[in-house]
Amino acid sequence: MPHLPHSSPAALPLIDLPGPDVTVRRLRHPGRWVSGGIVLLLLAVIVRAFAVGQIQWTVVGQFLTAGVIVTGFGWTLLISACALALGVVLGFAFGIMRLSENPILRFAAWLYVWVFRGTPVLLQLLIWFNIALVFPRLYLPGLIDARMVDVVTPFVAAVLGLGVNEGSYLTEVVRGGIGSVDRGQKEAAHTLGMTPGQTMRRIILPQTVRLILPVLGNSAIGMLKFSSLAATIAMGEMLNAAQRIYFINGAVIELLFVCAVWYLAGTTVLSIGQYYLERHFGRDAATATSDRRGFWAWARRPAARGEA
Amino acid sequence: MSLAVKAVGIRKSFGSHEVLKGLDLEVAYGEVLCILGPSGSGKSTFLRCINHLETPNGGYVWVDGAIMGYELNRGALQELPVKRLRAQQSQLGMVFQHFNLFAHRTVLGNVIEGPMVVRGLSRDEAEARAMGLLEQVGMAAKASSYPSQLSGGQKQRVAIARALAMEPRVMLFDEPTSALDPELVGEVLEVMRNLARGGTTMIVVTHEIGFAREVADRVVVMIDGEIREMGAPQQVLSDPGDPRVRTFLSRVLA
Ligand SMILES: Nc1ncnc2c1ncn2[C@@H]1O[C@H](COP(=O)(O)OP(=O)(O)O)[C@@H](O)[C@H]1O
Ligand SMILES: [Mg+2]
Repeated sequence: MPHLPHSSPAALPLIDLPGPDVTVRRLRHPGRWVSGGIVLLLLAVIVRAFAVGQIQWTVVGQFLTAGVIVTGFGWTLLISACALALGVVLGFAFGIMRLSENPILRFAAWLYVWVFRGTPVLLQLLIWFNIALVFPRLYLPGLIDARMVDVVTPFVAAVLGLGVNEGSYLTEVVRGGIGSVDRGQKEAAHTLGMTPGQTMRRIILPQTVRLILPVLGNSAIGMLKFSSLAATIAMGEMLNAAQRIYFINGAVIELLFVCAVWYLAGTTVLSIGQYYLERHFGRDAATATSDRRGFWAWARRPAARGEA
Repeated sequence: MSLAVKAVGIRKSFGSHEVLKGLDLEVAYGEVLCILGPSGSGKSTFLRCINHLETPNGGYVWVDGAIMGYELNRGALQELPVKRLRAQQSQLGMVFQHFNLFAHRTVLGNVIEGPMVVRGLSRDEAEARAMGLLEQVGMAAKASSYPSQLSGGQKQRVAIARALAMEPRVMLFDEPTSALDPELVGEVLEVMRNLARGGTTMIVVTHEIGFAREVADRVVVMIDGEIREMGAPQQVLSDPGDPRVRTFLSRVLA
């Protein structure tokens, strides 16, 4: 179809064009003010509801720094740290096995992921806690010979349960990270004469660590929260301590709020740490160059998929 | 002239696809050999068989007194453990089409990696020698940059320095300028020209006919996994006997 010069009523003749310094009036966004106002109003309603509701805020304040709670939070931190460390070690070990040339090692790593990612972590905790029902004694010739209940204390069960489960997730992350380092660099290392072990340690893993660091940050935050599951196996971490207190004094919601405050404090600190860690390690990676806006801008970014 | 490389009856298949159909090649010390041929004719595969990045399905490669990847044992080829294979591979410097620099290492870090890890040089010694090589390829000023901060031509020059750092007997180049913007090709060819002048033994897969004509002592044309033509550049490039080689050359020279 030929392009016809159309003369709609809106046509602007050249003669009417304004000068270069013409005033520009921006579009207004009344909708934004309205929706913002509605949200603020709802927030105020929620805050007021809690302020006047059946909560004794003085009790919350009182127990926030109670010895049992603080000790419990200490246990929470310790379980999380140990379980995360175990998870990272297992994740790297099985992640590397997952890409081994040896099909049996590959299968073993696949089996590990299949079992521990395919069952609920709470169930795994309970099984570890009750493992003595299956194996009454732990006997490794020359190393250890003890009753299982003495070895697998609630603390050990919690660390094993959470750590082994986390390891199964990290296995897949490590596998993906290793796979994303291009094959060419591996070949270049080989032509320099580097052995597979040297190539893995010096070329592949350092780049993998950088890629999986954001995931590890999320893992740490998730772990801090999931450690509360250990309350169910009589591990005296914070939630368990809070439960034991409110069974006696009845201040259920107050003590749960105390826990919420501590968990939020913990996850906030971890988020800040994650930000600086990512910024440090992201220095030369292509991924993190766009994020230089400071922590708060970073914290309000849209959540990544799978971020716990 | 003593031989540096002798390839004997190299065959390679991927699945049922036979890519190399029994190639023989001899390269003498100090010689520059250019391999030309249409895309998909097996040039990269041949180069990768020479340094055992790919294991040939048949035939073997002899480099400087040893068979790559094997040991002659009572008339049979006994496969070598990976550590000894790597030691052999480090005798052959390889420059890839896509540079393959270590992304997490600086320019200097890339060049000292092999000497430090494989040859056990101290950091000071490795760095001193690396700076000399970077000087040679005109990249000394960028020693502390990361690969992502370099142009393609700069990356390739660093990759050449990294390969040279192992003091290889032979340098292999797999289309070193094919991934470069046209204006960056010259700087890489210049470095290679200087290496050739300095007496480096080189096997170069390339589409740069001009470079082959000027620098090569011999030219090989590969088509469909076979060497169809081999000889002095003038002879092969201007008067090829094989009709398929003639078709290929008329296409690339056009
Ligand atoms: N790893 C591989 N797996 C399967 N086929 C391959 C592989 N590498 C190369 N080929 C095939 O071998 C043939 C020759 O490839 P290549 O040696 O890269 O040719 P050239 O370098 O001459 O372009 C092509 O058909 C290619 O598809
Ligand atoms: Mg190729």
